[in-house]
Amino acid sequence: MLKDITLGQYFPGNTAAHKLDPRTKILLVVLYITALFTAKSFLAYGLMALVLAVCVRVSKVGLRALVKGLKPVLFIIVFTGVLNLFFTPGEGILWAWGPLHITSSGLRNAAFMVLRIMLLIMGTFLLTYTTSPISLTDGLERLLNGLKRFHVPVHELTMIMSIALRFIPTLIEETDKIMSAQKARGADFESGNLMEKAKALVPILVPLFISAFRRADELATAMECRCYHGGEGRTKLHVLKYGRRDYTALALGVLVLAGVIAMRAFGR
Amino acid sequence: MPILEIQNLTHTYGIGTPFQRSAVEDVSFSVEKGEFLGIIGHTGSGKSTLIQHLNGLLKPTSGQILLEGRDIWAEPKKIRNIRFQVGLVFQYPEYQLFEETVYKDISFGPKNQGKAGEELDHAVREAARLVGLRDEHLEKSPFELSGGQKRRVALAGVLAMEPKVLVLDEPTAGLDPAGRENLMANIREYHRHKNATIILVSHSMDEIAQNVDRILVLKSAHILMGGTPAEVFTRVEELLSAGLDVPQVTRVALALRDRGLPIDSAVYTVEALERQLLALKRGGGPC
Repeated sequence: MLKDITLGQYFPGNTAAHKLDPRTKILLVVLYITALFTAKSFLAYGLMALVLAVCVRVSKVGLRALVKGLKPVLFIIVFTGVLNLFFTPGEGILWAWGPLHITSSGLRNAAFMVLRIMLLIMGTFLLTYTTSPISLTDGLERLLNGLKRFHVPVHELTMIMSIALRFIPTLIEETDKIMSAQKARGADFESGNLMEKAKALVPILVPLFISAFRRADELATAMECRCYHGGEGRTKLHVLKYGRRDYTALALGVLVLAGVIAMRAFGR
Repeated sequence: MPILEIQNLTHTYGIGTPFQRSAVEDVSFSVEKGEFLGIIGHTGSGKSTLIQHLNGLLKPTSGQILLEGRDIWAEPKKIRNIRFQVGLVFQYPEYQLFEETVYKDISFGPKNQGKAGEELDHAVREAARLVGLRDEHLEKSPFELSGGQKRRVALAGVLAMEPKVLVLDEPTAGLDPAGRENLMANIREYHRHKNATIILVSHSMDEIAQNVDRILVLKSAHILMGGTPAEVFTRVEELLSAGLDVPQVTRVALALRDRGLPIDSAVYTVEALERQLLALKRGGGPC
């Protein structure tokens, strides 16, 4: 069912991870990703996995929810793993069959790539699991504030983003409804060749687009009625403020990155 | 033999998750051919889930739905045939219109059914006539029409499949009073002339009271009661406790009885109350 899609779903909570300033969390994710791409040894990956485990523990997000997030990219993970496993050139061939061969470096590469993608996705999902879309875009807006000097419409962009995020569940529900209604009229989405399947989507897409435009129009009117006029002079209900918790978290993040860089420098 | 028979139907959402919840639990009832059945219930009582089983959009967790005595899930591959026989009109059906012209939109269902040529044309025009759409509407874009007319087009889109059972989910929601009455008049006429079997889901007690032969009241996934309007609307207390209402005229009758008039409060039409009051007056009662 469409309803089962969990993409950046927020799990409300009251843990330290939820209470962190969204800017801190975004910065931490940036540090985390940098560290992931710097890591070159099992020791470094071990450290990253440990960091993730601690974060998961702190945020009290169920491991199952996190693993579920991996499902949509399972194909990519397997594909990368297989590609790296069989096609990495190098010494020390362990097994060969025609053009396929497994080398020890291939084995290593495959393991690293799979680990990297999994850690990457779980880490970023942790961000969206513990941060509501509103505070996420709020944090993003504040972080990118400096770009306003270069006439980048930061406020508008983040507003677009938060509205888009807000409407994902609504549109999914709408799609479900329209699909049921067309099925009730005998629409068939399952059988037929590719062309027929594409054609079968028309009765869903047309009403969906119309309803999306209608919603956008209504939303715009509603926003105007409440005197929305862009970011100029707009104040915040919740003013973001770094606290001691945030400094601690950022310091730890930098420490981990430094550690990973050091491991790489010393070849461990 | 009833045309539609629901046996011990249960539908559970989210099995095995913390959100597991039965929207319909052990519900059984049957619908006779030519019957006009009303289903009422509070929001979240399971009405929508229930009716989506009738044409096989949802599969029961347990229990059976028999159409003319045959389990509709006997051949899961042929479930589409069931959808042509049990026509389901959703809430706000005008949002599902997509074709360039009204004619084409109405013909979507019958075309899926395999109708073509003369037969298709006849089905479309007949359905349009039944809902009171004129020929000049047929060549228009559905998006040029008014809200009430769009709804008629959507209804015609289901009627054109010539279903044996018609299921309507709040067909008049969001229409103005005149639009409501017009649409219900069309539906009544369709019922009378075609001897059609209709299941009407509604929030409006008055609408239900004026149209249906029999009422089912749903409350938190179960059938609270069932019977003719007269039987159901005497159980005012239970209805109110289920978060439902009684028709306005029933409330008037109740208030009159509370003030000492010897009135049978199981009235649900203005005419019935009028008759009672006139009889009282003639009898020299305290009216």
